Amino acid sequence: MLSQLGHLPMDFLLLAAAVTLASFGFIAGRLRAEQFSFPGDIHPNSRPNAHGYFVLMWSLVPVVLVALGYIFFGEGTSRAILRSELPDGFSILTPGELTTYLDTVARAGRIPGFLSGEHVFDTVTERYGEIRGTVNIFTLVFALALSIAGMFLSRRCLSPGFRARQHVESGIEWFLFLCAALAIATTVGIVASLVFESLRFFAEVPFWDFLLGTRWNAQTSAEFGALPLFFGTFMISFFAMMVAAPIGLFAAIYLSEYASGQVRAIIKPVLEVLAGIPTVVYGFFALLVIAPAVRSVALWINQLVIAWGLADGAVLAAQPTSALAAGIVMGIMVIPFVSSLSDDVIRAVPQSLRDGAYAMGATKAEAVRQVVVPAALPGIIAALLLAVSRAIGETMIVVMAAGQRARISPDPTSDLTTITVQIVSLLTGESEFDSPKTLSAFALGLVLFVVTLLFNLVAINVVKRFREKYE
Amino acid sequence: MSDPAVSPFANERALKRLRRRRAADRRFKWYGRLAIGFALAALTLLLASITTQAMSAATYHVVSFDLDLDKETFGGLKTDDPPPVDKVYGLVRADLLAQFPETARNPVLRHELSALVTRLAVLPVAREIVRNPREIGMTRQVQLPLSDDLDLYLKGANARHLTVPIGRVGAEETNGVLTLTGEGAFKRLIAAASLEGMQIQDARSTGSILMTAGQSTLKLSTLDPSRIKGPLLTGSLQDFRTHPVRARLITSPESERTVTDRQIAWLLALKAEGRVSRVPHWSLLTHTDSTQPELAGTLAAIVGSLLTLLVTASLAIPIGILASIYLEEFAPRNRVTGLIEVNINNLAAVPSIVFGLLGAAVFLGAFGLPRSAPVVGGLVLALLILPVVIIASRAALKAVPQSIRDAALAVGASRMQTVFHHVMPLAAPGMLTGAILGMARALGETAPLLLIGMVAFVAEVPNGPTDEATALPVLIYSWATQAERAWEPMTGAVILILLVFLIAMNGVVVFLRRKFERRW
Repeated sequence: MLSQLGHLPMDFLLLAAAVTLASFGFIAGRLRAEQFSFPGDIHPNSRPNAHGYFVLMWSLVPVVLVALGYIFFGEGTSRAILRSELPDGFSILTPGELTTYLDTVARAGRIPGFLSGEHVFDTVTERYGEIRGTVNIFTLVFALALSIAGMFLSRRCLSPGFRARQHVESGIEWFLFLCAALAIATTVGIVASLVFESLRFFAEVPFWDFLLGTRWNAQTSAEFGALPLFFGTFMISFFAMMVAAPIGLFAAIYLSEYASGQVRAIIKPVLEVLAGIPTVVYGFFALLVIAPAVRSVALWINQLVIAWGLADGAVLAAQPTSALAAGIVMGIMVIPFVSSLSDDVIRAVPQSLRDGAYAMGATKAEAVRQVVVPAALPGIIAALLLAVSRAIGETMIVVMAAGQRARISPDPTSDLTTITVQIVSLLTGESEFDSPKTLSAFALGLVLFVVTLLFNLVAINVVKRFREKYE
Repeated sequence: MSDPAVSPFANERALKRLRRRRAADRRFKWYGRLAIGFALAALTLLLASITTQAMSAATYHVVSFDLDLDKETFGGLKTDDPPPVDKVYGLVRADLLAQFPETARNPVLRHELSALVTRLAVLPVAREIVRNPREIGMTRQVQLPLSDDLDLYLKGANARHLTVPIGRVGAEETNGVLTLTGEGAFKRLIAAASLEGMQIQDARSTGSILMTAGQSTLKLSTLDPSRIKGPLLTGSLQDFRTHPVRARLITSPESERTVTDRQIAWLLALKAEGRVSRVPHWSLLTHTDSTQPELAGTLAAIVGSLLTLLVTASLAIPIGILASIYLEEFAPRNRVTGLIEVNINNLAAVPSIVFGLLGAAVFLGAFGLPRSAPVVGGLVLALLILPVVIIASRAALKAVPQSIRDAALAVGASRMQTVFHHVMPLAAPGMLTGAILGMARALGETAPLLLIGMVAFVAEVPNGPTDEATALPVLIYSWATQAERAWEPMTGAVILILLVFLIAMNGVVVFLRRKFERRW
């Protein structure tokens, strides 16, 4: 009987409970408010609807809280209870194996009438179903009880002079605050999950071995020296910036200082199309067009070098996927990030500075180079930093066009791997959560997060100061 | 300045310096033009290369078959039986074997022949038979997709080939070897072959020359200006006597291609019979993913993307708008608000893959939500685009002039009423554009979805947000990294589908901006 209740459609039931109780609450509050009598000229503080919303609020909030608690902790609690009841024989399993076992039990428990034929497993599954049923019933009863209590208590507050609207409005304001605070919760979630999993990783692999080791071989053997990944990330971001920095800057200068309004109105949105194209499309472009082109140029250089007798063999690796190809395409992708923010800051430089330069007889180029750009320099640096941060964290282009081999090689036509490539290759495919292999992905993620965070914070602060200076 | 004699730059050195400075000025302007030119050229190259690929996948070749669904083989099928794929495919094979009797005693050739149409290609037909058993006992004409390698060959993308018309010649046969004769008839063929660098005597290493007439093909082994010899691959001597002959030069050697000479010969025979036709590739939109490129489609991925976006939209848009209202209209200037602002600005720049890690650790690990499900993908993407939506909505709220708020407050509205009755309706178009831009960003995201397992091979259209599913950008990734050549144009086509969605969303944004843009 109890295990039958384990299959209750809880999401639907909780939603239905919330809707029903909320409507009841509203009607109860409104009816009560309509019974108020007002002698003579005295006006009520709030209209009947506001009273209705007040009761609705107090009947809805408990259900929502209980539902959230159920979604986040229901499964965990059921498993904790089941774990505490398991016979001693299970203590031979490692925590990781136990989690996998419980996963299997939970999956089997979700199928009504599932029997594997193995006695122990079926008994555990049966018991799991009973625990789920108990938790479900407890949740529903608890939600109903709290909600009805909230409804009655809040209804008792109502009186002709009750400031229902103000209460409802401050409730809404709290809700708005919670929505905004979700940003903090997300950051906390990111930091907590990365740090927590990384700590588990560093319990098995020494921190400095990870940061400074030069051999990375996480897939096959347990070698976790991440230096080659940092090197690859650095090289590819460097190539990307070699493309994006000059092109983005000159484009921004041209658009803000030289281009007519019409040209600007056309070119600027077209450049921003580059930022709107999904990165996986850039990855395909790199694979299809740029990588073969880089390879044939490299092969041609090899032939030339041999023909001129400068070297005996090939000087460039000329791999089918190369760091240079990924870098070039990534550079194209980040052009709009550089150009659009630089354009903004250059336009924010006051006209009086330019006029001063012209008055001294400077040509337009001299004014731009010696007055406008130095004045906008903090903002331009911020734009470049944001672009670097974007390049470091970019995933799909490098996953498709940079390669998998972890090594330190200065040759731009060899394939290098990056932090993001390794995170993807470690976490795609089925794997349990406890091996150092999967945990290392989180350590890499932590490094990535910290580095990009530093770049972002510096850039955001610089831009803010710059704005304050001129606006 | 036009007349140096009266200008202050009368001396030669000053004039020179001025000229140099002006040249530097012009150069500087050109650097800017070049930079923009490079960016535009890169964009054009990207779109052009992808469109070219996609265009080649917009049509494909099908072979028509008359399948005799006799009662003995197919009788007694019930609607919940598994589709009789093997039986239907048996009919297809039998049809091909009857058409090309030279394969009868040779298992290798039979294998080559049945590779023209893959087994799974008959699955839709087999399903149709189960669903509609009334057709049993009738003859049904079906069109089955040609195997991807041969399709590419016909499109000219797989093995380079060119044809040289020869005309009518005399033909003799001795022991399966044909001799074609004509006074000087093959001079042009020799010229073409030597132009392509082909050596006839050592054809194995430099490619093959096939001579076709009607439905028959021979493979050339010796070539003189007036005489050709070679074994018959398919068909009969009769065709060479009654039809004009064409030569087909295939410049890559047989060992280096995925299609054999015989397969080409059969294909040409089927084509001459009018059974091969090039049709629009609708199955790209109506089929789900497959291991065979000619059978694969994007339906499951499109539905998966829509389900994911549905979850994302229902979370990110309301939460983002409400959060922006709080920050713009209610938030006191204190530490908590400052912290929220810093967080939002920073989250907007956090790499998307980090959100994937969050999803893997928290939603899959801690909360035990199902892998590969759109609900998890939607949650992760919602967190990812939340900053985008918040920042855009705040800009929209900021653009509403203070006088609107003052007026509402002056007639006694509460702050909440001011915001929800007066400010928000005016800011709604701006908020909506921000929301759509956020959704467009979510539609193109790939990396976070890879980490929560939405890269799994999904052959069924997902029914709900908790089913296994994949998404369009992930499908692009998995097709782009396949080894077979035929996936390249297919990937281009999926990208085009994705870009159409994105262009549509941005089109709505432009429309909204045009229609509702307001200067106060």
